[in-house]
Amino acid sequence: MSTAFPKAAKVALGMPQLRSNLAHATGTIRGKRAAVAAELDDWEQLRDAASAVKADVQRHLPELLETFERNAIEAGAKVHWARDGAEANRIAARITREAGADEVVKVKSMATQEIELNEHFEAEGLAAWETDLAELIVQLAEDRPSHILVPAIHYNRTEIRDIFKGRMKDAPADLTDDPAALAEAARRHLRRRFLSAKVAVSGANFAIAETGSLVVVESEGNGRMCLTMPETLISIVGVEKLLPSFDDLEVFMQLLPRSSTGERMNPYSSIWTGRAEGDGPKDVHIILLDNGRTDVLADEVGRQALSCIRCSACLNVCPVYERTGGHAYGHVYPGPIGAILAPQLEPGRHDDLPYASSLCGACYEVCPVKINIPEVLVHLRQTGPHGAGEKAAMGAAQAVMARPGLWRAALRAARFFSRPWRRRGYVRRLPFPGSKWTVSRDLGVPPKESFRDWWKEHER
Amino acid sequence: MSRIGLFITCVNDALYPQTPKAVVTVLERLGYEVDFPTAQTCCGQMHANSGYRDDAAKLARSFEEVFGGYEAVVTPSGSCAAMVRDQYPDLTGSDFGARVLELSEFLLDHAGVDDVGARFEHTVTYHPTCHGTRALGLGDKPLRLLRNVAGIELVDLPEADQCCGFGGTFALKNSEVSTAMLEDKCRHADRTGAEYLAAADNSCLTHIGGGISRSGGPRPIHYAEILAATA
Repeated sequence: MSTAFPKAAKVALGMPQLRSNLAHATGTIRGKRAAVAAELDDWEQLRDAASAVKADVQRHLPELLETFERNAIEAGAKVHWARDGAEANRIAARITREAGADEVVKVKSMATQEIELNEHFEAEGLAAWETDLAELIVQLAEDRPSHILVPAIHYNRTEIRDIFKGRMKDAPADLTDDPAALAEAARRHLRRRFLSAKVAVSGANFAIAETGSLVVVESEGNGRMCLTMPETLISIVGVEKLLPSFDDLEVFMQLLPRSSTGERMNPYSSIWTGRAEGDGPKDVHIILLDNGRTDVLADEVGRQALSCIRCSACLNVCPVYERTGGHAYGHVYPGPIGAILAPQLEPGRHDDLPYASSLCGACYEVCPVKINIPEVLVHLRQTGPHGAGEKAAMGAAQAVMARPGLWRAALRAARFFSRPWRRRGYVRRLPFPGSKWTVSRDLGVPPKESFRDWWKEHER
Repeated sequence: MSRIGLFITCVNDALYPQTPKAVVTVLERLGYEVDFPTAQTCCGQMHANSGYRDDAAKLARSFEEVFGGYEAVVTPSGSCAAMVRDQYPDLTGSDFGARVLELSEFLLDHAGVDDVGARFEHTVTYHPTCHGTRALGLGDKPLRLLRNVAGIELVDLPEADQCCGFGGTFALKNSEVSTAMLEDKCRHADRTGAEYLAAADNSCLTHIGGGISRSGGPRPIHYAEILAATA
């Protein structure tokens, strides 16, 4: 059993600036999401519809993938299949070289973070430049994203100013922490990259089987620059991103912006279908990525994690995420969705993440595609490994609880042995593992008269 | 009227006799006949949610045996009621959960009573516990009953819908995160200035009360005890 999460969480909890940045940012997005979701009378029906579409996609994935491939090829795209991250990275690097380039500009993409494309490119002597503002901040800081939608959520604007001044060569010397000034500095920096880039790399929010189209939704317009200016476009798309038909988009385009940024609409939505003569990239590649997804599909309970549209609503409402931040999860997908996705995508690793939850259910309540995250967390706990000591203790507890006579005897024993503390009414210190409780909480003492004793009298 | 089976929960069996007593008081006051099958132990939630499915299934089957003879089973725990309703179909293949009602569900939906004739002259703040509210869908049912208690003064709990950080073994396995959540809950509870913090689950109240015992704040109380009070 890994204990990476509790350890990393403890470190994060000791960083007051991080906690304050996170509480402020998640609190703000949480409020915005709740307000715009409440505006729609049919919000619950939209969630049901989205959940049904995704379940349907999971049932018919092989056929839908073939339909998508056929239609994308017909529209002029080149389609590649990648079994895992390494294969996707190799294909992307090869296409980049064949285009005569040694660098790419990137649209914000979780799939490429998942497969560590940037690191792979660097190892191959190629450069991959993030153009999403927050991803740029994280890349400049040589850090890792800590949130799916707001990768730099763990920084405040003063920290961002310091990162720009220290690591962005063309940052103005008198840069302040005014958000407009920071955005302007990034804009000027990125503009040069857009103008010189020959190749762009993107992910996709949706892939439409019926038409072979890809969809990217974003806020800044930097993605649109990447998708339209360079001559070669490589899109790396998880196989679960498929939607059967163009009409299905209508449901998701209402749910996603409201759930992610708390906006009714996102500012930029790019939809492209293969290649268009005289417009946009001349060479369009799509890499369909498995990377563990078909194995997840085989688990009837766990597979609902593949319905995720990466909106981050679950992160923003999670009381655990709010206090630990994303890095503590040790995976590119943090928060409640990460706690069910990471251990499934990388079996045998992250087996402590399903326990990084109080099962409060706030995530399920806001999930736009109705992933029952608490159900999957419990399922993963039930199918994952257990420590030997805990297993023995749980077995013993069960053996007592399954026998009413033994259970009553155990209760009597607890009342007897806790007598010294009864006058005070609580226990302040217990030996391990009870110390994990008494580190911050007192524990009540069993009563002198149990309910059972009272009942006997009452029944007479 | 058929007898109601009372499931007191293992936590109350061990630590809080006053809560099931209060349930008996309220139900009998309304004219119901209550039965306490003494062979009851635990619904199996601790095992199920800690990942011990087989152990949980054994306890679930015993539960169904013990309570098999009752048309309605009432329990003063949203969490245990949710466990039976949500997880028993998977553990035992039964829909036993339909018969198991949290106290406020029984009173409002089954008995059609929203005023139980209680009097409690104190200021009370109410924490909607996660499993009761979200998994069981209690909404504001316990609060609706509390609003009709004579003499009570209810004050809002800031950020009431935030988890207190208990989460069963979560409180031990991720003790630091749990503690950080608890500190915020205790701070909010204290800020209300209320005399009592009421909730529909004594496991959550064990946690919050354990924190308040050190930091100060309102006294934890199961809302059934308020409903039972008459002075």
